[in-house]
Amino acid sequence: MIDLIDIEKVYQTGKKSSFIALRGINLKVEKGEIFGVIGRSGAGKSTLLRSVNLLERPTGGTVIVGGDKLTELTEKALQEKRKRIGMIFQHFNLLTTATVRENIAFPLRIAKLGGSRIKPRVDELLELVGLTAYQHHYPKQLSGGQKQRVGIARALANDPEVLLCDEATSALDPQTTDSILSLLKEINRRMGITILLITHEMGVIRAVCDRVAVMDHGRIVESGTVLDVFLSPRDSVTREFVSEVSDAFGSEAIDAYRAQGRMVRIHFRGGQTYEPVLYETVRRTDATFAILQGTVSKMKDVPYGQLIVELRGSDGEVDRIIEELGQQGLEVSRL
Amino acid sequence: MTNGIVKMAGAAPFSFFSDIQWNDIFKASNETLYMLAFSLLFTVILGLLLGIVLFLFSEGQLLQNRALYGLLSVIVNVLRSVPFVILMILIMPFTKTIVGTSIGVKGAIPPLVVAAAPFFARLVETSLREVDKGVVEAATAMGASKGMIVLHVLLREARTGLIAAITITAVTLVSYTAMSGVIGGGGLGDLALRFGYQRFRLDVMIVTVALLLILVQILQTAGDMLVKAFSRR
Ligand SMILES: Nc1ncnc2c1ncn2[C@@H]1O[C@H](COP(=O)(O)OP(=O)(O)OP(=O)(O)O)[C@@H](O)[C@H]1O
Ligand SMILES: [Mg+2]
Repeated sequence: MIDLIDIEKVYQTGKKSSFIALRGINLKVEKGEIFGVIGRSGAGKSTLLRSVNLLERPTGGTVIVGGDKLTELTEKALQEKRKRIGMIFQHFNLLTTATVRENIAFPLRIAKLGGSRIKPRVDELLELVGLTAYQHHYPKQLSGGQKQRVGIARALANDPEVLLCDEATSALDPQTTDSILSLLKEINRRMGITILLITHEMGVIRAVCDRVAVMDHGRIVESGTVLDVFLSPRDSVTREFVSEVSDAFGSEAIDAYRAQGRMVRIHFRGGQTYEPVLYETVRRTDATFAILQGTVSKMKDVPYGQLIVELRGSDGEVDRIIEELGQQGLEVSRL
Repeated sequence: MTNGIVKMAGAAPFSFFSDIQWNDIFKASNETLYMLAFSLLFTVILGLLLGIVLFLFSEGQLLQNRALYGLLSVIVNVLRSVPFVILMILIMPFTKTIVGTSIGVKGAIPPLVVAAAPFFARLVETSLREVDKGVVEAATAMGASKGMIVLHVLLREARTGLIAAITITAVTLVSYTAMSGVIGGGGLGDLALRFGYQRFRLDVMIVTVALLLILVQILQTAGDMLVKAFSRR
């Protein structure tokens, strides 16, 4: 649905100085998925997102959205295309002089829809974001979460195929963030809208994304399914982000421990998370095990678990256990 | 007897104004209002256009163009730095070609507009600069054209600033209309000059000044009320 090919962005910062904000970015977002881009401040996330609808025109590369090469469209055609690409912002960017209702109707008026078609559509959108009771309020009379709901309704008004979210929850408190994220998830599920979001919070990625790309200094350093990246981060930046999430696996507790047997880390995914796979496997041998650390949680809607286990038994038995666990689809790594 | 004294005492303050030809005052007031209305109308139209263009050409805006911005900026600054009385005399030939005369109420209007429009344009530029760039960006992302953004975002979001700018310009125009009396422009300023100054008629002077003061008060109060009514921040 979104295809970024060799995107480069160079900012001319002075007569002779320039700054490279994006270096050879290649990114493909599939139809119907929620794709997250995470990175530190200044990594180039906003620049990347804004090059998708050409708010920021890349200095090199091709942007394709829904089959159209945006980078080759005329001004007029680009304006038409942008009507099908919704965008929401960290600071909401609502018209301060317009009511909730008028704000949501605004993109419809820009698309030159007749008044008789605008009204029912706005009613529908108000209902969707749960702001029907607030339709005649002005933005300054709303909370941050309500303002972002207006922003979402406005972005969805023209039935976009893609929704771009620039730090949509960064100005909100944790509860409000959760409610906005659930709304985004619901929109994605119900309407099949492809969502590309950027954030600096791993929690946001974990809550809603299917796939993730990690950015650093204008490059994508790692990407994959959220579970893969989360469970086995390769890049140091990724590791930092992963360790930020509350139930991440600190190793302090076992660092000082001198194991008698062999320590392994086991990853469970999906349905296996709830099955007694480890117990059943070990029971068939004379070995025993001790759980040193463990977590069970959810990544978007996929349950996963991680255990650090000490296997005690003869070398042969331990090897067999590890092999059998692997055969049952668990990821086992020796520590 | 007693009655007479009371009457004398009561009439005394008014007798000072008893020689005033109220017809003249009425006519002059009308002329002032006429000059104000038309010059304000044309000033707002021209100044708004000029202000929008200035803003759009400026750094980081939709039609960013350093050369054109510089040129317009210089023209505006020149017009603003010439004192009104001198400007009026300087552009007399121009005035004559467009309204057929360079004196009287009609002849006063072109110089009033030429003097006030650049001033108003700067105020418009400043008001538009106050509009949150994020909102303009959101409209761009929605596929709005530049024209739509000016009309539906910039002018709309800047409306209280624009109303305040019109108020300031109207008040400035009142004092300019008074000055236009110098070349026989008519109106209250003309009256004050001919009677009050040249014939030492303090009474006429006081009345005209009072009327101008009331006019300014009305304009300012109306402007403030409108700003309040339209404010949504
Ligand atoms: N107009 C500009 N001119 C020059 N440099 C710019 C411009 N816009 C952005 N940059 C630079 O590009 C880099 C990336 O900026 P960007 O806004 O994409 O970062 P980000 O990852 O979104 O960060 P944040 O989390 O702080 O929003 C930054 O170092 C920034 O200074
Ligand atoms: Mg950013």
